[in-house]
Amino acid sequence: MLKHIWTALTGGPVTAAPPPLDTGALAQLCDAELAGRLDAAAHRRLGRSLSIRAVDAGSCNGCELEIHALNNPVYDLERYGIRFVASPRHADVLLVTGPVTKNMAEALRRTWDATPDPKWVVACGDCACTGGVFAGSYACAGPVESVIPVDLKLPGCPPPPRLLLAGLLALLESSAEPLSAIAPSVAAQGQSRP
Amino acid sequence: MYVGEDPLFGLMNRIGKPVDGHRPFPRYRTTPGGWRTLSEALGGNTLSVVGFWGEPAAVHVALREELSGDVAVVSLACPDGHFASLSAVRPSVIRLERTACDLFGLVADGAVDPRPWLDHGQWGVTRPLAAAPGPAAAEPQRYPFLATEGEGLHQIPVGPVHAGIIEPGHFRFTANGETVGRLEQRLGYVHKGIEGLMAGRTPDDAARIAARISGDATVAHSLAFARAVEAALGVAPPPRAVWLRAVMAELERIANHLGDIGAICNDAAFAFMLAEMSRLREAVLQVNDAVFGHRLLMDRVVPGGVAVDLPDGGGKRILDLVAEVRRRFPPLVAVYESSASLQDRTVGTGTVSIGLVNRFGAGGHVGRAAGRGQDARRSPGYAPYDDLDFEIPVLTAGDVNARVWVRIREVEQSLSLVEQMIRRMPGVPRDSHGATPLPRLDLPAQGGEGMALVESFRGEIMTWVRLADDGTVARCHPRDPSWFQWPLLEAAIEGNIVADFPLCNKSFNGSYSGHDL
Repeated sequence: MLKHIWTALTGGPVTAAPPPLDTGALAQLCDAELAGRLDAAAHRRLGRSLSIRAVDAGSCNGCELEIHALNNPVYDLERYGIRFVASPRHADVLLVTGPVTKNMAEALRRTWDATPDPKWVVACGDCACTGGVFAGSYACAGPVESVIPVDLKLPGCPPPPRLLLAGLLALLESSAEPLSAIAPSVAAQGQSRP
Repeated sequence: MYVGEDPLFGLMNRIGKPVDGHRPFPRYRTTPGGWRTLSEALGGNTLSVVGFWGEPAAVHVALREELSGDVAVVSLACPDGHFASLSAVRPSVIRLERTACDLFGLVADGAVDPRPWLDHGQWGVTRPLAAAPGPAAAEPQRYPFLATEGEGLHQIPVGPVHAGIIEPGHFRFTANGETVGRLEQRLGYVHKGIEGLMAGRTPDDAARIAARISGDATVAHSLAFARAVEAALGVAPPPRAVWLRAVMAELERIANHLGDIGAICNDAAFAFMLAEMSRLREAVLQVNDAVFGHRLLMDRVVPGGVAVDLPDGGGKRILDLVAEVRRRFPPLVAVYESSASLQDRTVGTGTVSIGLVNRFGAGGHVGRAAGRGQDARRSPGYAPYDDLDFEIPVLTAGDVNARVWVRIREVEQSLSLVEQMIRRMPGVPRDSHGATPLPRLDLPAQGGEGMALVESFRGEIMTWVRLADDGTVARCHPRDPSWFQWPLLEAAIEGNIVADFPLCNKSFNGSYSGHDL
């Protein structure tokens, strides 16, 4: 067994190069002009690292599989200082998937409430962005932004790991103040959050 | 059963009348008296329940005769919204009956468990799929968990938001110190109303929803839906499409089993295996993307055929992948086998007995690790598997270790299947311009009823569909294998320690989305 571990250790990295970060692509990815809003204080607080709490609010599990892939040796998310945490209380970012089912809406709101400021919400996948093929169902509340404020939308069904990585790196690079902290009035627009 | 009578069809002919136009398995219409006879027959061990679902004024149950593998559907009209419960003789239908009540308002008289299941009182409507949906629930009701009494017992509630990248569900543990006395599951958090959304759509539109019933089994669910629609219409897809679908299904099985083996080892604190297995899984997904244009192969299997053909050089890419996995996988299996710290956690943990597995008709790695060798690829069997050489691994220990080994053996079998299929893939005739048309049929717009049994990486999927006369979906019921596996997890964890729950849960890997629909 040691032989195999030794081979793995000495075999050289399998990690892929990071996706290019150009502001054009960033602007396409980021909702609400995230790329333009830099804030030095938030940057200092986060120290160029992000802790993510993944919340499945009703996805088919396809997005979860690709989010899992971010942790594999090829995409190796942790090399950027981005990591997944077990509690919303440890998180800077909520990465939300699914067309928010009505049975999950309350749990999603409570998770958002439990996340300390400053916080960002990333809607991951077509369902989280628009409701996807489940839009209009009696059992779905609608896209994530109909339940909690959303800062960044990553489309795709499911979004491939490279796109997820590009989006999260964009968030990290911009270190913008979250919508909810910088402009409550903006955040309130279009939200049904109580 | 009378002496000399065919066990399934003899019973069917005694209790019901066959219904025309239900393919490929017959459907029988029965009376409340016939339903009671069926209920008595289910007390024995010869029949297993393959599915149970409702319609606005009827319930259906699909049955398999275990020895012969014969399958039939029995339907009972319930004009007053009531039927006699089967749950006392067959506990696997408890949750399915509760679901029929939540969605259609069909009440199972004498049910073991009358609590709602998918309906959490949040939908703004009750019995949403009934002919006349009900008003919104007044107040979300407090869900009464089963009572547990005893000195020193305490409860641990977990979920629906879990401490990982995982689907939502609620688990209520009652523990005595570290030892779990009872686990009760509460699911339904990811109910998206899939059966309601499918109704009224064309098969092509509904197929996009079928592909998203459970994202990890997207090929298998798409295939089950496509085959059910094709059965209803009485059409057969082109042979090349049948083979391409099977290649995709096996690639899906390989990718999922690799990921699961790694994740189970990771839950036993052996992260090296997760890293190596997820790297292999990634290799499979990248080939999926390069060859078929989607990492998870979503929307590639469609009613009438496939949405993509193998590109030039695609076969070679897949064969190279098979060779790579064959080279890298066995040393990792050796690591699993020779690590005392891993074996210590997996051997003897989370045991399910063969009796329970048979009673629930559980398939996939859960059934096969506990001695039940049912595999839809063999029984009833479907093309092209009857032309291919493969084995179905069956173990008897029923523990986490056995479920890992079933996965390991299935990866090896699937690699062999993929290789055989790529080498023997039937070609397509070129048209007059030298181009090869996509292996896909145009579906006629007509009515019919069809059913399909397909083996996913988790086990057997049953999809039943009724098409209206204009060819749109009137009613579709996909039954994920998880329905019969989740309840067994409650049994498997009993007497284990709380810390072994993630290990047991991952070794089952029940689908939340596929179950909740």
